[in-house]
Amino acid sequence: MSVLVGKDTRVVVQGITGSAGGFHAKQMLEYGTAVVAGVTPGRGGERFEGRVPVFDTVAQSVRETGANASCIFVPPPGAADAILEAFDSGVALVICITEGIPVTDMLKVRRVLEGLGGKSRLIGPNCPGIITPGPPGTGCKIGIMPGHIHKAGHVGVVSRSGTLTYEAVGQLTARGIGQSTCIGIGGDPVGGMDFVDVLQLFQSDPDTHGVILIGEIGGGAEERAARFIHEKMNKPVAAFIAGTTAPPGKRMGHAGAIIAGGKGTAAEKIRALEASGAKVAPTPSDMAATLAQMMGAK
Amino acid sequence: MKIHEYQAKQIFARYGVPIPRGYPALTAAEAETAAKKLGDETGSPVVVVKAQIHAGGRGKGGGVKVAKGGAAEARALAEKMLGMQLVTHQTGPEGQKVRRLYVEQGLDIARELYLGAVIDRDRRRVAFMASTEGGVEIEKVAAETPDKILTVHVDPAVGLSGYQSRELAFGLGLGKKETLASFVKLTTTLYEAFVREDCSLCEVNPLVVTRAGDVVALDAKINLDDSAEFRHPEWRALEDKDEEDPVELEAKAAGLNYVSLDGNVGCLVNGAGLAMATMDIIKHFGGGHGVAPANFLDVGGGANQEQVTKAFKMILRSPKVKAIFVNIFGGIMKCDVIANGVVAAARELGLKVPLVVRLEGTNVELGRKILNESGLAIQAASTMADGAQKVVAAVSKGGAR
Repeated sequence: MSVLVGKDTRVVVQGITGSAGGFHAKQMLEYGTAVVAGVTPGRGGERFEGRVPVFDTVAQSVRETGANASCIFVPPPGAADAILEAFDSGVALVICITEGIPVTDMLKVRRVLEGLGGKSRLIGPNCPGIITPGPPGTGCKIGIMPGHIHKAGHVGVVSRSGTLTYEAVGQLTARGIGQSTCIGIGGDPVGGMDFVDVLQLFQSDPDTHGVILIGEIGGGAEERAARFIHEKMNKPVAAFIAGTTAPPGKRMGHAGAIIAGGKGTAAEKIRALEASGAKVAPTPSDMAATLAQMMGAK
Repeated sequence: MKIHEYQAKQIFARYGVPIPRGYPALTAAEAETAAKKLGDETGSPVVVVKAQIHAGGRGKGGGVKVAKGGAAEARALAEKMLGMQLVTHQTGPEGQKVRRLYVEQGLDIARELYLGAVIDRDRRRVAFMASTEGGVEIEKVAAETPDKILTVHVDPAVGLSGYQSRELAFGLGLGKKETLASFVKLTTTLYEAFVREDCSLCEVNPLVVTRAGDVVALDAKINLDDSAEFRHPEWRALEDKDEEDPVELEAKAAGLNYVSLDGNVGCLVNGAGLAMATMDIIKHFGGGHGVAPANFLDVGGGANQEQVTKAFKMILRSPKVKAIFVNIFGGIMKCDVIANGVVAAARELGLKVPLVVRLEGTNVELGRKILNESGLAIQAASTMADGAQKVVAAVSKGGAR
C-alpha cells in the first residue's frame, strides 16, 4: 500500500511537448507510470513518443483517458493557469513541478483550492513530485526524482527540498530500508499540501511504519507538523531541518527559505520537533540512521 | 529584489499613496538644487536629506538628517553623507557606501505609526499589519509587545475590504472622519500596488499623521518578488548594482543561486535544500576548528556544463576559500556534467586548494571516471559526512602549516 498514488493512478502531463515535460514524461513511462495523456494547447491530436495522445485541454484528456492525476511542467508565466485548469477538470491530484511561479499567482491558486472542499489536492509547486516505489504495475513515479534510487517498503518521506529527499532516500535504500511513498511538497512560500496534510496520510496508511520529515528554515510549517506529531501520531518520525547556519534575511535558493524577523529559525523548529517526540538527525548524513534506530527500538 | 526608498515612493505616487515631496540627488549640488526647489514649492526651508541604501535603520546610523536652514545646509549635509560607509543593523559591520540621496520636504509630525503588507505564508494570504509603535524596529515590537500589532488578512478574490481598513484605522486611533477616509484610501491603494507590482513586502515605517491631519507615507520600503521578473521589464531600471555583491550578480546572470558567506570552504551543490544542508554539516564538523562555508551555491537541477564551469570558477577565484567541497546527488543533474564542469574550470584556473568531491545518483560511475582520469588531486568522499570531515581536515591542516 501507499498514499495518494499507486497502481490505479493515471497521469496526464501538462506541458508534455516542452523539453522538461517531454524528458520527464519519458522517464515516468520507463519507470512504469501510467502516463495516459499529455496536454499542450494547440498540439491536440499529436502523439507523444508515438503512443501517448496529446490534447488541447485538460478536460478533454480527462474525458478521453480517465486521467486522475496531473503533472505540470508548464513554465512560470502559465503555470498557475495550468493548475487552475487541472482543478476545473476535476483532476484529483495535481502535482506542479514548475519553479519560479509569482507568489501573487499562487495566492489566487490557493484561494481556489480552498474552495474545492478537498475535490483536488495540490502538491508543489517547485517540488520534485511524488513516488510510490515499485516495479511496473505497482509502482508510480510522478515528477523528476531519479527512480532507480528508490526501493519499495514501509517508510514515508516528506520534504520541502528535492535533492535532500534523494539524499534521505539514498540513505534508506543503502541500508536496505524501502519506502512506501515519498512526497516533495516544494520550497515555495505558498503552495498546496503541507507537512500536516501528508503526515495525516502516513499516519492512517497501514503500510507506512515510520516517517522521515525534511524541513527547512522559514515559515511555521515544521512547528505545525510538530504539534500534529505530538497530538496524533504513534509512528516514529525522524526529522532534519536544513538551514541551521543560514544568515537571516537571505534567500537560500528556495523563495520560502528566508528567516524573517527572527521567525522560522532552524533552532526553533528543531526544538518544536524534539519536544513532539520526533527525533532530529544531528547531520543530514544521519537521517536514515536516526529513523532506523527509532524503528529498531520499537 | 530590493529597491531604494525613492523608487518605492515613485511607485506609491503612481498609485496615489500620499508621500512628501522630494527629489533624488546623486551629488551635493543636486541636493542643493532639490532643497531650493522644495523650499519654493512648500514655502518652508526645512528639508530632510536621506541616504539611499538597500538597508533599514538608516536614521540611527546617521543616514537621515534634517536641514532646517535650507539649501546651503542641505548641501553641507549631502557632502558629508555621500561616500560615507553607512552602518546599520542590516548592513553588517562594514556598512554600505552611500552613493545616492533623497531630499524631501520636512513635515510637521504629530504621530508616527507603522503599516506593512507582507505575504503571510502560514495563512497563505497577504497580511496587512499596523501598529501605533511607528518609527522603530517592527521586529522588536512584534517580539516584545505583540498585542500592539493589528493584523488583517486579505482574501485575494475580493481584495482588501473597507471594513478591514477601518478596523486598522480604529485600532490606530484614526477613527475621526477625515483621517478615516484618507487611511482607508491609502491602504486600498497600497494593496493594489502590492498585487499589481508583484511585491513580496511593502512597508511604511513610519506612516505619519501631520499636525494638519494628513496621513502620509514618510518612509517606503518595497521588496519585489523575483519570480515575477518576467512580467516586469521595467524592473531592470530599478536595479542598483552598487548595492549587490558582485559575485552574487555574476551568479544571477549565469542562472545560479549564490550567496556569499564568511567562511573558508567553497561549496558547489545541486539543489537548495542539499546546499543548505551541506553548509550545516560543514559547520557541524568544522565549527570547533574555525572551518565554515564560504558560500551557498546551488547549481540547480538543470545546469549545463558551462554553468557548472562558471560556478566552479567563481569558487576557485575567491581568495578566502581554503578548500572546496563538491556535494552532488544527481537526479536530473547528471554526475558526468558536474565532473566535466569541475575539470574544465580547474584546468583553466589551476587547483591550488584541496578539493573533496562526493558524487551520487544519475551517471555516478561516469562522473567518477572523469574525475579519476583528470589527473587532478581530488579526495573522493563516500557520504556527505565523510566529505565534510575530509574538507574540515584539509582546512585545519592547511592552517597549521
